[in-house]
Amino acid sequence: MYQKSILLCLFIFFSVVTQAQDCELTISGKVIDIHDNSFLFGAVVQLVGLDKGVYTDKNGFYKIEGICESEVQLKVSHPSCEPETKSIYLKENRQIHFKLEHHLEELNEVLLKGKLYNNESNSSISNQIKTQKLEKFSNASLGDALKSISGVSSLNTGNSIVKPIIQGLHSSRVLVINDNVRLHDQQWGVDHAPNVDINSAANITVIKGASALKYGGDAIGGTIVIEPQKAPIKDTIMGKTILNGSSNGRGGNISTSFIKAKSSGFNYRFQGSLKRLGDLEAPDYQLTNTGQRENNISLGIGLNKIDYGIDFSYRLTNSEIGILRASHIGNARDLVNSINRQEPFFIEDFSYTIDNPKQEVTHQIYKLETFKKIKNLGELSLQYSFQQNNRLEFDIRRGGRGDTPAMDMDLKTHTLLTQLEWTSLEGFDSNFGLEFNAQNNFANPNTGVRRLIPDYNMYTAGIFATTAYDVSERWFLDAGVRYDFNTIDADKFYITSRWENLGYDQLFPEFEIGEDGNQILTNPQFDYHNLSATVGATYTFKNDFKLIGNLSSGSRAPNPSELFSDGLHHSISSIELGDLQLDSEQSFKAGVGFQGVVEKFGFNIQPYINYIEDFIVLEPNGIETTIRGAFPVYEYRQTNARLYGIDVSANYSFNNFEFLSNFAYVNGRDVEQNEALINMPPFNVSNTVTYSKKEWNNFYVSLNSQLVTQQNEFPDNNFRTNIVNTTTGQFEEVEVDVSSTPEAYHLLNFSSGLDFDFNKTKLSINVMINNVLNTNYRDYLNRLRFYADEVGTNVMLQLKLNY
Amino acid sequence: MKTMKTIKLLSLGLLATLVFSACSDDDDAPQVINEEEVITTLNLFLTPEGGGEIITFTYKDLDGDGSNPEITSPALSANTTYTGRVQFLNELEDPAEDITVEVLEEDDEHQVFYVVEDSLNATPTYTGALDNDGNPVGVEFSLAIGDASQGNFTVFLIHEGDKNAPGASEGNLSPQVGGETDIEVTFNVTVE
Repeated sequence: MYQKSILLCLFIFFSVVTQAQDCELTISGKVIDIHDNSFLFGAVVQLVGLDKGVYTDKNGFYKIEGICESEVQLKVSHPSCEPETKSIYLKENRQIHFKLEHHLEELNEVLLKGKLYNNESNSSISNQIKTQKLEKFSNASLGDALKSISGVSSLNTGNSIVKPIIQGLHSSRVLVINDNVRLHDQQWGVDHAPNVDINSAANITVIKGASALKYGGDAIGGTIVIEPQKAPIKDTIMGKTILNGSSNGRGGNISTSFIKAKSSGFNYRFQGSLKRLGDLEAPDYQLTNTGQRENNISLGIGLNKIDYGIDFSYRLTNSEIGILRASHIGNARDLVNSINRQEPFFIEDFSYTIDNPKQEVTHQIYKLETFKKIKNLGELSLQYSFQQNNRLEFDIRRGGRGDTPAMDMDLKTHTLLTQLEWTSLEGFDSNFGLEFNAQNNFANPNTGVRRLIPDYNMYTAGIFATTAYDVSERWFLDAGVRYDFNTIDADKFYITSRWENLGYDQLFPEFEIGEDGNQILTNPQFDYHNLSATVGATYTFKNDFKLIGNLSSGSRAPNPSELFSDGLHHSISSIELGDLQLDSEQSFKAGVGFQGVVEKFGFNIQPYINYIEDFIVLEPNGIETTIRGAFPVYEYRQTNARLYGIDVSANYSFNNFEFLSNFAYVNGRDVEQNEALINMPPFNVSNTVTYSKKEWNNFYVSLNSQLVTQQNEFPDNNFRTNIVNTTTGQFEEVEVDVSSTPEAYHLLNFSSGLDFDFNKTKLSINVMINNVLNTNYRDYLNRLRFYADEVGTNVMLQLKLNY
Repeated sequence: MKTMKTIKLLSLGLLATLVFSACSDDDDAPQVINEEEVITTLNLFLTPEGGGEIITFTYKDLDGDGSNPEITSPALSANTTYTGRVQFLNELEDPAEDITVEVLEEDDEHQVFYVVEDSLNATPTYTGALDNDGNPVGVEFSLAIGDASQGNFTVFLIHEGDKNAPGASEGNLSPQVGGETDIEVTFNVTVE
């Protein structure tokens, strides 16, 4: 109500001003660096021909007052930017924002062209990580880097498979957009890390909630937008090489990138990285078989004129990841033994060898995109992408079958995306788009292991419209709507007795095609309709504090794993069964962002509440006894869920010191059964103090303290099973504790670095020490927490060369 | 509903060209996969020392995981010593595949344990050849039966356990043995 009246007042104010035909008009706005969306301080905004000019303040804000109704020409310049001019006929107060091609110092005064995801232009609750910070994670994974954002955690399988969790949600509920291509990399699997080379990213934005509709309507948790380094329109060559060595794992990685650009707009790009790590080490023992190898490459060639462009790119990520040997177990009795043992059963000497169990994943993306600016309309773009994800999982097998993967799945996705950015309507920035997807999953039958996910074809068609409206200097509104149609056609063999036990012979007799031995071939076909929408407002206070309110509703169709999953997971010794009767889940999320700067103190507070109808949860439902012993059976259930939480970050600078503090809290409940949701990140606080001195070669030294508390809100998924006591031979009922959460832990991390300038090249040296105190701990969000401690101290040396 | 159909057709049409070029391997029905490593059947053959009819205990689950298995558990005679042999089969193959052969080929990675409930008067002892490290494999054993009694007799096949764990060579399956359980089958045995 209060906001409405402010809005009303502003409208009245403006109508009064516009009627006054005197020289009392003002132009104001912000000057933004196009590369990283930061505000440019000290840019000069002049009225050409008039003796009027101002500097932007530290928030990039400028205001020129006392202008007469007339044709005026505005010129914006900044010491290291191409000046930009704009002519308008001024008859009322105007707000004009400028985006300048500010050079990034570390890129050697190179002007870059390209538009980043602009989190200033809508009400999404979002956070960004920029190049400089990303480089620190050159040796780690995407998930590790994202964890530095308050409200983002990770679901790990060991230490190398890291999946981001946004405000409590992960996997299929989080979209990953790499260079404007939505990744389809079998993201449904909790042990499937996103196939992204962190070294290929120049900027990452995390949008918390389903408000980035142009990327998809099913971002119940959020969207991660990864953007590579763009090429400038200028004759130049720019390159960067980062070399990392780490003591834990006794290996490292090298990453190099190279961009050649011409003022004609022509450019080509190369980026590649290699990583080799051996077994990692916990404080008390080796984590046997946790080595890792990665080979990544990306290539691009493009012609980028101001008003049209065409670009082709290719990306390959290939990784081989060892899975902790001790996490491969037989049955419930083995699980009880592992939990009681407290340390891994298999501990061997350090080795670079990656044995079974392991994953070998190759992801390739081909992308062709083109855009054309059309006068009096806007920008029209068309993008086609093809991606192929091949996942091989090797298991401990008998009879020399170890070299044959136990899972071999090939997922191919074609996407056609067409979009119109319509800007010709004053004050509005609108996007309309169509997206078509064709996906084929093929599971290689030569594995000798029944398919976890069947062969299927999936087609989706999406249509969306979003708009952002500049109401006034202070008010900004945006809204969007998206509809997705999704149809899936699978061919799946069920064990006949399973098909009947699940009642599918009664529910879905129309899917039955034929029988083969003890298996039945079925052809499940499902259609899903998903509607998603967002609406939001941003208000900027006089002191530049900003308040963002956003409502979003996302809708997600069940993924192939939730529908069809059928088999044994060795790492948690459970049988997981999909459910053909699942419907789409729908989220309703309200998020608020409140941010501001008072002198040397800055803050960002993001509370939210997310209500999800028909939320799909996986939970144990009984025990199955087989010739291999007893296993808990996990099945999917739909319920209504509610999550709320708050993400806070604050920073304070004092002389050469900077203090940065982040904390996040989330509470998730199944409101139907009134119990906690599983895998909710516990309350965590991170505090960093940094001392930096520019005069000493950009010297800095930084100490980070990270506290992760014990999660006390968790569902009781413990199950009771009869286990043979191997001494007395009697069956004893044992409660298998798979629910209890690890204790709180506290870690200290250290980093320090220096820069050296040599003519046109710059060398940076960084030393980082993670887990300085070699603390023993286990993390609730690590699926292998039953088997081993997390890694101990890791000393890393990083050399970075810009040229 | 009609608009849905139109959208569906439209999208299918638009994508048909793209899909057919790359997804040709999908047009046929998928090939059935019969689990290769599955063990459907466990047989225990017990021959009374000094001659007599072979007694066979069977655990058979032909339908894969999750259905009710067939269990045959005939009575044993009191105060008799039996010569025992265990057999693992995959009867989904035709003819049935003898998995015991694979186990014996990888004898250093496998060990069969026989755990007897205290109430059952039976004592198993490993016989048969040792693996290359001089440790028992456990496929062959002898079973000394005492007075009439009843109780559980559980057969374990452990993969990559620690054969040097305390008592392992005598057939004691302590938690230190570790490894992965490939087979865990319990028979309720009556001694008459």
